[in-house]
This record gives sequence, C-alpha cells and structure tokens, in this order.
Amino acid sequence: MLEQIVQIVSNERSTDSYYRLVVRAPQIAPRIQPGQFAHVRILPMKDALLRRPFSIFQVEGDTFSILYKTVGKGTVALARMQSGEELSVIAPLGHGFTVPQPGAETPLLVAGGYGMAAMYLLARRSPQKGIVFVGGRRRVDILCEREFQDLGWEVRVTTEDGSHGEKGLVTQPLLAELKSAQRGRKLFACGPTPMLQAVGKIAGEHDVPAELSMDEHMCCGVGVCLTCVIRVRSGDTWEYRRTCTEGPVFDARDVVWEEAR
Amino acid sequence: MRAETQSPESRAVEEGLEPDLSVSIGKLTLQNPVTVASGTFGYGVEYAQLLDLNQLGAVVVKGIRLNPVPGNPTPRTAEVTSGMLNAIGLQGPGVDGFIQKYWPFLSTLKVPVIINIWGTTVEEYAEVVRRFDALGGVGALELNVSCPNIKEGGAQFGTDCNLLGQVVAACRRATTLPLITKMSPNVVNIAPYAKAAEDAGSDALAVTNSYPAMAIDIETRRPKLANITGGLTGPCIKPIAIKLVWEAARAVKIPIIGMGGIQNAEDAIEFFMAGASAVAVGTANFYEPQTPLQVIAGIREFMKRKGLRNLSQIVGSVQLTR
Repeated sequence: MLEQIVQIVSNERSTDSYYRLVVRAPQIAPRIQPGQFAHVRILPMKDALLRRPFSIFQVEGDTFSILYKTVGKGTVALARMQSGEELSVIAPLGHGFTVPQPGAETPLLVAGGYGMAAMYLLARRSPQKGIVFVGGRRRVDILCEREFQDLGWEVRVTTEDGSHGEKGLVTQPLLAELKSAQRGRKLFACGPTPMLQAVGKIAGEHDVPAELSMDEHMCCGVGVCLTCVIRVRSGDTWEYRRTCTEGPVFDARDVVWEEAR
Repeated sequence: MRAETQSPESRAVEEGLEPDLSVSIGKLTLQNPVTVASGTFGYGVEYAQLLDLNQLGAVVVKGIRLNPVPGNPTPRTAEVTSGMLNAIGLQGPGVDGFIQKYWPFLSTLKVPVIINIWGTTVEEYAEVVRRFDALGGVGALELNVSCPNIKEGGAQFGTDCNLLGQVVAACRRATTLPLITKMSPNVVNIAPYAKAAEDAGSDALAVTNSYPAMAIDIETRRPKLANITGGLTGPCIKPIAIKLVWEAARAVKIPIIGMGGIQNAEDAIEFFMAGASAVAVGTANFYEPQTPLQVIAGIREFMKRKGLRNLSQIVGSVQLTR
C-alpha cells in the first residue's frame, strides 16, 4: 500500500456514461494483484471529501487503469479531469482474487456491469483460459467484451432488454454451463450485490467453489473506519469483516447475506 | 537593547531558533500538539505503512469497552456536504482482544498511546481503567462519555453533570494515569460539564465528539444510515467546535484537546487561539492520511513566521476587543 500523487495519462469516455482512466504510477503498478482496488482522492471536488474506491482494470508497464461509470459527484468530477492533471491515490488495496494455478479448475468469471473491470487482470494472469459471463441492462452496459476475446476467452453476453447477446440475467447461461459440467470449475464474480448473492447461491447448490468481490460503501479504504463491513461466517456465528482489507474478495461460503433492506 | 528593537520574527530567524511544539497533558508530555481523534485512526497499525506514527504528538485508538462489541448494521457512514455521518456503534475487540491483537505493536511506539475507553455503567468504566492501568506503558486514558450512536453508555454520561462527575471520579480513583474526558457537544452550555469533569479529577478535556445528525435518501425515502441517526464530523462542524472549545477553556484550568474538522495547520491554530492546548485530526485521516503530519509542519512554519517560541504564546490568544 502506497499513497502517491499520480498523473493522468488519459481519461476517455468509452461508451455511454463509462470512462477509462489511465494513470502513471511506477511504484504502484508492479504491485497490483487481480481484484485489488485503488482509493482515489479527486482533488477538484470541493464539498465531497471522501476518496472513491475503484477496481483496478489493467496494468501496463508503469501505468494502471480503471473503468468507471458516472454515477455521482465523485465520478462526475473525475470524468471532467484531463490528461496531465493529478490525483491522489492509495493503492494497491485489499485482498484480491486467487489467481488460478496451472492445472487448477477452469475459471468461470461472472460480471455485472462495471464489475467487468475487476475481472480483466485475473483473466490475463490466469494460466487457464475460461469463460466470461457478462450481464448488463442494455448493450452499452456490456464492457470490454473484445478485450476478453483478445485474451482467447469465450464471452457469453446477456442483456436485460435483449439488445445484445441472450435476453435475461447473467446467471441463466451460467446455470446452463454448470448443468453441462460442474466438476473442475471455479467461479469468480464481481457486480451488484443481488448478482453476487445469486452467484453465491448457485455455487452452493452446485458445490462449486466461488470467490466474490463485494461491492460495499467505503470510507477510509485501509481498515480504520469500519464502514464497509459485511457479515462473514465465524464458527457457529458471524462477525463483521472489512471489505477493504479482509476483502473485497471473499469465499462465497463465508458470506452471510443480510436481509434486503 | 538591540534585540528589543527587533521584531520577534527577525530575532527568531537570527538566532536560528526552532519553535518548541511540546505540550503537557497532566503529567504526560507530547512532543507536539497534534494527535488523532479516536475512531479515525483504528489501532494505529493500519496507518503505519502510510506515515511515521512516531512523528505524531500521540496516537489515540478507537474506543474499547470490557467485552467485544459487534457494532451497528450497515450502512454505517454517509457522505454529506463538507463532512460525513457515522454510526459505527463502537465495534471493537474488548480489552482482552485489544491487548492481545494490538498492544504488541502499539507498545513499540515512541510516542504516547492514548486509549479511548467506554462502558455502560460507572463500574465498567472503572474496571476498564483498572485493566489498562495494570497493563503498563499506556500514555493516558480518554473517557468517552459522548458517543451518540449507542443506546447505553456514552452520551448518557456526558449529558448529565452528576453522572459525568461520578464516572470521572470513579476512573480517577482507579488510576494515576492521565485522564482525558471526551465531552459531548450535545449540551446547551458546556461550561458546567467541563467544570464537573475537572472537579472530579480529569487531567484534560477532549472537546468535542461528533454532533447528532441525520440524512435521508430522497429516492428511497430511507435514512442514509441503518442506525437512522449518526454523528456529524468533518470541516462542516469546525466553527461549532471552535465555539465549544472557547467556552470550555473559559470554564476550566486543565488543558483542552480541540477537535472538529481540522484539515490543515490554519484550522489547528484557530483551535489553539480559542483555548485548546493540543488538537486532534479526525475525519481528514480518512481522506488524507498525511494530514496530521502536514498540520505539524504548518504549525511549526506559522510559529517561525510569527517569531513564536512556544505554543503557550498562541493558546487562548484570541483577541476579543476590536
């Protein structure tokens, strides 16, 4: 974990309200593991003070990139920033995905919307190629399909409105795949909480291991404030664990799902 | 004679004097007046990779009671304009868990470690104090009588002068360690509470805790916190905290540790002028972990620029006449 002022190399809109930000961070980039995140202070924000956490998408040489969607004050301010401007970054943070070992289970990646951003580095560093299941509301919510195909991975797309790929939820083709063969598979998922809960349930029913990257509100990002806690199994009971430090990636069997609020 | 005709600034420069930033809290001496607010700095170890803790005035850890505390359901925090709300619910490992898990690291620090403690009864406060007194090596104990986010304990003690006096007195009997009472801001007039803590044997006051507050998500019509209400902190509370420090400082002789929205040295100096002898950086740690070190450097710079040799020349120096 390092705190550094980094320079923006590029910050471009890819589709719709999705952007790709590349920063030069020579000391941080080589340390990044798949599933880790960067905690970014967007200096032009005046009255919104907290850092914003972003999954790290790609690492190239001394740069890393993030994919983000403009959803609030922070991301809107970030989208206005230009190459040459500076950001304060604390990274790499968190406990990421377990990179598959040679000969291990075939990885099945499950991503919802910009959850896709957390999965690319895992696919790239995995010695086994697998299948990426990616879902979104509309065609524009399907990110980096091409990048995964270029790595030699099969990509199965679902959209809720049927504008691209199969119509429906990302869990449909996943279930179909697990029906055909469930042995020797491992799931890795990142996306909205209901999707993660569904993937965790499917993993349990099919007795397939699964790692879930949890998406929780964060504040400090380094384990101090106890904002981002989730319930994690501990013996016969549960305890709160921090998504920023013990996570964001958890074994699906350990996650205790809270009642929908 | 020549020296007297020179401005203090030029004299300090000429003599190459470094200002003295040290400050005393009871029998405890801090190398500089900048500490951190309990609950914003974990148990120190979390930030050790990002800054040199030994440069701080003191490390103040998150509140500990006798037994482990699970904390509140989520969401526990919400960002608001120039600040944030929290209702963590004092999640913590309890005295034994703290000593086992965090004390081995904390006890290696060269700067004092101040342990924030709380309980649900006067007796529990005193028991926790006894446990830390027996531990050895603790710099001071901060009595949290002002957490707004738990049903029992905390704020009920801080908003009742009689109870406050009882808690502080019971803790005083249990230890010779310096005691800092962390005051509730949720009172009409802080002076009698400050006096009650002083009279009961507190060595210093921490002014102040977070302000009870609430925010609503207008899309869902739900409160932004699972706890419904929480404590407001950050730069938005600074002017309110300055006033409370000023009022408390006029009521007591013991030193005050001022806190509330400090982001830079200018903020800290404002607290000194209002009457604080030391300060704590809180919410700013969450977004800029270097803040305490930047504040220390900025105070030193200010003192050099003004030709000030020690902090007592600033403390309480607000000029009320125009």
